[in-house]
Amino acid sequence: MIIQGLAFLLFSGILSISALLVITARNPVHSVLWLVLAFFNSAGLFVLLGAEFIAFLMVIVYVGAVAVLFLFVVMMLEVDFVSLRQGAMQYVPVGLIVGGVLFAELVFMYGGLEIEAVNQAVTEVQNSQSIGLVLYTDYIFPFQVAGLILFVAMIGAIVLTHRTRPGVRRQNIAEQHNRKPEEAMEIRKVTTGTGA
Amino acid sequence: MNMDVLNQVMAIVTHPFTLMIAFIVAIVGGVLLSVAYMTYAERKVLGAIQRRQGPMTVGPFGLLQPIADGIKLLSKETIIPSQANKGVFILAPVMLFALSLIAWSVIPFDKGWVLANINVGILYLFAVSSMGVYGVIMAGWASNSRYAFLGGLRSASQMVSYEVSMGLIIVTVLLCTGSLNLQEIVLADRPVWMQIWLFPMFIVFLVSILAETNRAPFDLPEGESEITGGFMVEYSSMTYAMFFLGEYANMILMSAMTTTLFLGGWLPPFGMDGLAFVPGMVWFSLKTAGILFFFIWSRGTLPRYRYDQLMRLGWKVFLPLTLVWVVATAGLLLTFDALPK
Repeated sequence: MIIQGLAFLLFSGILSISALLVITARNPVHSVLWLVLAFFNSAGLFVLLGAEFIAFLMVIVYVGAVAVLFLFVVMMLEVDFVSLRQGAMQYVPVGLIVGGVLFAELVFMYGGLEIEAVNQAVTEVQNSQSIGLVLYTDYIFPFQVAGLILFVAMIGAIVLTHRTRPGVRRQNIAEQHNRKPEEAMEIRKVTTGTGA
Repeated sequence: MNMDVLNQVMAIVTHPFTLMIAFIVAIVGGVLLSVAYMTYAERKVLGAIQRRQGPMTVGPFGLLQPIADGIKLLSKETIIPSQANKGVFILAPVMLFALSLIAWSVIPFDKGWVLANINVGILYLFAVSSMGVYGVIMAGWASNSRYAFLGGLRSASQMVSYEVSMGLIIVTVLLCTGSLNLQEIVLADRPVWMQIWLFPMFIVFLVSILAETNRAPFDLPEGESEITGGFMVEYSSMTYAMFFLGEYANMILMSAMTTTLFLGGWLPPFGMDGLAFVPGMVWFSLKTAGILFFFIWSRGTLPRYRYDQLMRLGWKVFLPLTLVWVVATAGLLLTFDALPK
């Protein structure tokens, strides 16, 4: 029990510090790396709750895929940090309002949850099994709707980024495979001194 | 008095915590030794493929060559480029190396021989291997060099692409075994038809782990002919050695993962129970070594892919194929009432 308490303090402490560093770090790449650390520690908190399935999904999806793409984009951007920093203070009131609303919602949700009941259900059967039992029965409709939203988002991303430019030479693999040596090259006898 | 001390010593030695530490030391030592002799085997096998002799002067048959190489690497000077981002530059190889070691905690070497027998072992393995990309991408960025950066970008997109189909293949195997626990995956009942059905996935998985570990013919992140060594170009001495160890440890890890998922782990091959007197550890090592031979063999045989061909293979061939296989496997198991209970 003591070890669990210490682990909780460790995970949540590192989580808070790295979350703070995400928004204060001067270098955006460092920000993303701190964000990765924050994700990782929140996965640790899930393990402490006994929700190891969600914890590893968290690592696979957020650390292994989402944050990699973040890092990818941030690394490719040539951002002028000085000019970016200059007008930043004017967004503080808006940021405070959004943060306040999110915090208030979190407090209300915490008040309304029956935490004891949730804990018990998780520990009785295996993680993956208990998720599967409710996900495809009680929550099938929200689950499918979430899938549909992701599907629409995926199509949207493709439509937004797909451009048809003229003059682009594309590889046609089947055509390439069907080429024969006779079509592609000819063999000439070259006599010395005259050239091809 | 003397017996008292002996008993106390025995109590400490047989304490679960001591045994755990001993097991960890054995795994780490074993992996590092395997890495050393993996490089030796690679040079010998490549030598045989190219009709050369490979290392043969240091020690009998050149057996001490990897140790000599290690000492040489460690005794060199670590150079950190002045324009590099120092913290991230040093963190990158450390991370890659550490990740390649911590994944071994869930691999079952024999029945019950596993450090952490967790219920979601396969997810843990997948999570750790998907984090391996950070070491490479951080090294590429922190080096502050064009070659290293290109190598890092190549590696990131390559590893993310092939992880998708690897995940789907793992789902196919999980459908057939009905557990996320690696020991239960090995022990799951697999009739012959199921093994034949999974065989194409085994082949796709073998190709995917080549891409996932950045090995030939998919070693574009290193691509010495175009980007001179990719993300490792600025690294030297100890930091380079860590990349090297991490890469080879990852290869051995991926082979062990394939053995566990497809080749029945520590069990005797082809269900021959008469061979069960041989320790399971031996079978496990032999199977893993077989897949490692495949790694070296393909390096010695195949030319490097072009980058667009690599991406095409991952997204346009493997992803649709594995996706269809997941759906077809689920349907097949449901139709013939063969779902694991």
